[in-house]
This record gives sequence, structure tokens and C-alpha cells, in this order.
Amino acid sequence: MTERPGNDLKEQIQLTAVDEFLAWGKEHSLFYLLFATACCGIELMQAGGPRYDLDRLGMIPRATPRQADLMIVAGTITHKMASRVRTLWEQMTEPRWVVSMGSCANAGGPFSKWSYSVLNGIDKYVPVDIYIPGCPPRPEALIDGVMALRERVKRYRTTGERAAEPHIVTVGNQAFGGHGCAVPLDRGPTT
Amino acid sequence: MTTPAPTPPPPVAEPTPTAARVLAQFPEVMHRRSDNGQPFLLVPAARIAEVVQFVRDDLQVAMPVLLDLTAYDLLRFPGTPPSDAIAVVYLLGSYQHERTLTLQVHAERAACRVRSISNVWPAALYFEREVFDLFGVEFLGHPSLQRILCPDDWQGHPLRKDYLWPLEYQGVPHLRDGQHFDGGPVRPTPAVPAATAEPEPELPRGGEAKKP
Repeated sequence: MTERPGNDLKEQIQLTAVDEFLAWGKEHSLFYLLFATACCGIELMQAGGPRYDLDRLGMIPRATPRQADLMIVAGTITHKMASRVRTLWEQMTEPRWVVSMGSCANAGGPFSKWSYSVLNGIDKYVPVDIYIPGCPPRPEALIDGVMALRERVKRYRTTGERAAEPHIVTVGNQAFGGHGCAVPLDRGPTT
Repeated sequence: MTTPAPTPPPPVAEPTPTAARVLAQFPEVMHRRSDNGQPFLLVPAARIAEVVQFVRDDLQVAMPVLLDLTAYDLLRFPGTPPSDAIAVVYLLGSYQHERTLTLQVHAERAACRVRSISNVWPAALYFEREVFDLFGVEFLGHPSLQRILCPDDWQGHPLRKDYLWPLEYQGVPHLRDGQHFDGGPVRPTPAVPAATAEPEPELPRGGEAKKP
């Protein structure tokens, strides 16, 4: 692959299995549902902007859950909002993936003990594949979570196996910072 | 040039001309000051509709704007005589005369009913729904008094100081260790009839899941 292919037709053709090719395509075209509920959405917009540019990963925001592969829960989820998020998740087509972005979506964040209305983690309503701690996580952490998710998508597409346990992002030096509840209490250590 | 001697502050009990006009018209209205010195007019709950109509339409008072309608709980409130009433606060203003007027109604905690002022200011419709939602003040005459922030099946009024935090909402646990953050009481989970009691289905990761 290091040399330029010559003009010979045989050198310009690569052979692969259709499944692998489709898996490659799915892995590199994770369309995400465009919605955000709190300030993590600002960081999500920044990650989608030209500086960090989620588009180069093939990630295009979709305005409807029926065209989305991935739901990024970015922000505080209240009890009132949680059932709506669940409805959006149910409208997504299989296979669907969920990234929980930030302390609030992970475990309630600063509201986990001092609010009467905030849900302590969106994983009570939808299954979460990737947890990204931080308040908010930097775009690097979000992209790290996306890269971990792409590995899972690739494995699912080629072998049909879905990882049973969620992945917790640890980049960005924000893994356990913030509010002492950056990750769900039953999924990792806390300060 | 010598600095002038500082003028003494006006006497605490002196109402402004605007407030004095209201006080003269309604003898049962009382002139009070809050613990930080802010003057307000304490209106009996039965007379609030007339007083509000008067302060809006009277040419000397002339408060055409409802700036805010809010409330606070007097239970364990510092700096006031002990009371357990819900104080409904009406902040009125006039941009033309650059002055404001604060009215308060102290509604009984048990039978928390105040006449709605939405016929005088339609802007009060949403304010009153919010006060009803968070403090449980029932505004008589409001055309559609329903919760505006909390879900419709929410129990209790959260900004009351004796509010009991929910242990769970629709089967989803709310308090992490079953305790209020300062160890206070929580609202007990309502008993579910045995016929309809079902175990919560376990959420599968990713695949098809039943509606909770």
C-alpha cells in the first residue's frame, strides 16, 4: 500500500468481503441524533464545529431519530425529560448506540443529591454503551468515546457481538473530577 | 469645598406617596418592611383582586406593569414573626414614573387559596401556574391552573419547606441511597396494588427492549 498503484488494472482493484466492506462503511458513518439538553450540548457543538470537526469521522448530525445510529445524551436529564429521551431512543433503528456525555447524563452530576427533579443517570432509561465523564467533557474526550464506540461498531458488524459492559472514557484528566460522581457509582471508583 | 453632612435616612415607617394612596383607599392593607428593609403592602387575601385593580387603574398610583409574581415560604423564614403562611409577592412597576410597588398576600398553608389576578394582567397566567406548581397556591378564577414545570403526576409542591422528596418517580429511583441529602424525611413510595404489581423488566444492552 505504500507504493502508488500502477496503471495496471489488477493493481487498482482490492478484493474484500461484502460484509467487511459494509462494516467498514458503517463504522465510518455514525450519524448522531442532534439534540442536547444542557451545557454539554455547547461542547458537543464545539466538537462538531470546524476546530474538532466530527464530520471528518463521518459523523453527521441528523434531525430525526429514524436516520440516526447514535444518540449522544449531552446534558442534564430530568424525570420529566427522561421518558421523552426514551421515546427518541425507541424511534431509532437497530442497531442503535448511546453515548452518555458528562456527569449529569452519567450520574446526575451536581444535581445528584441536591435536586428533587433530576434523574441520576440516563442509564435508568436507555442502555448506555460509552460513558464520558467530565463537566463538561472536552471535545477530545468525546472524540475518544467515539473512537471506542467505532471499535464496538466494527466488532458488532463483523462478528455480530455486542459488548456487554459499557466503556468509560478516561482521557482529558476529567475522569474523576468535578462532582465526585463523574461516573455511576456502581461502575467505577469515585473521589 | 466641604462635603455636605449626610442626610439622615427617612423614617422606616414612612410610606411613599404611592403606598400612602393605597393605604388611604384600603384601610385593611398594612404597610410593612421586610427584614432587609424593603417596603411592601400586606394585603388581605380576600381583597387582592380589588387592590390590584385599583393600583393599575388609579391615576395617582398608576402601576401598569406586572413585573413579577412569585412566592416564598414563611416557614422557618429568618427575620419575620414566626408564621407558616405562603407569601405571594406581586411586583408592580411603572416605566413612565420610574417607580415600583410590592404587594404581598400571606395565604394560609392548609387552605392556600388566593384570587387570581389574570383578569387584570393576563401576564399573570403563567406566573400563577408556576406558583401553583412549586408552592401549591390555588388561584381562584384561573382558567387553566395546571402544573407548568413539574410533570402532571408529580406529588407535592417542591419549593415548600416541608416538601418531602420523592424516593422514586414512575418506578425509577430518585434518591441514590434512599435518603434526603441532609437526612430529612422522604415521601414514602405509594403502595402498588398487588394485582398490577410487576417486576421492572431488565434493560438489555442495545437490543429490543420493552417499554418500562
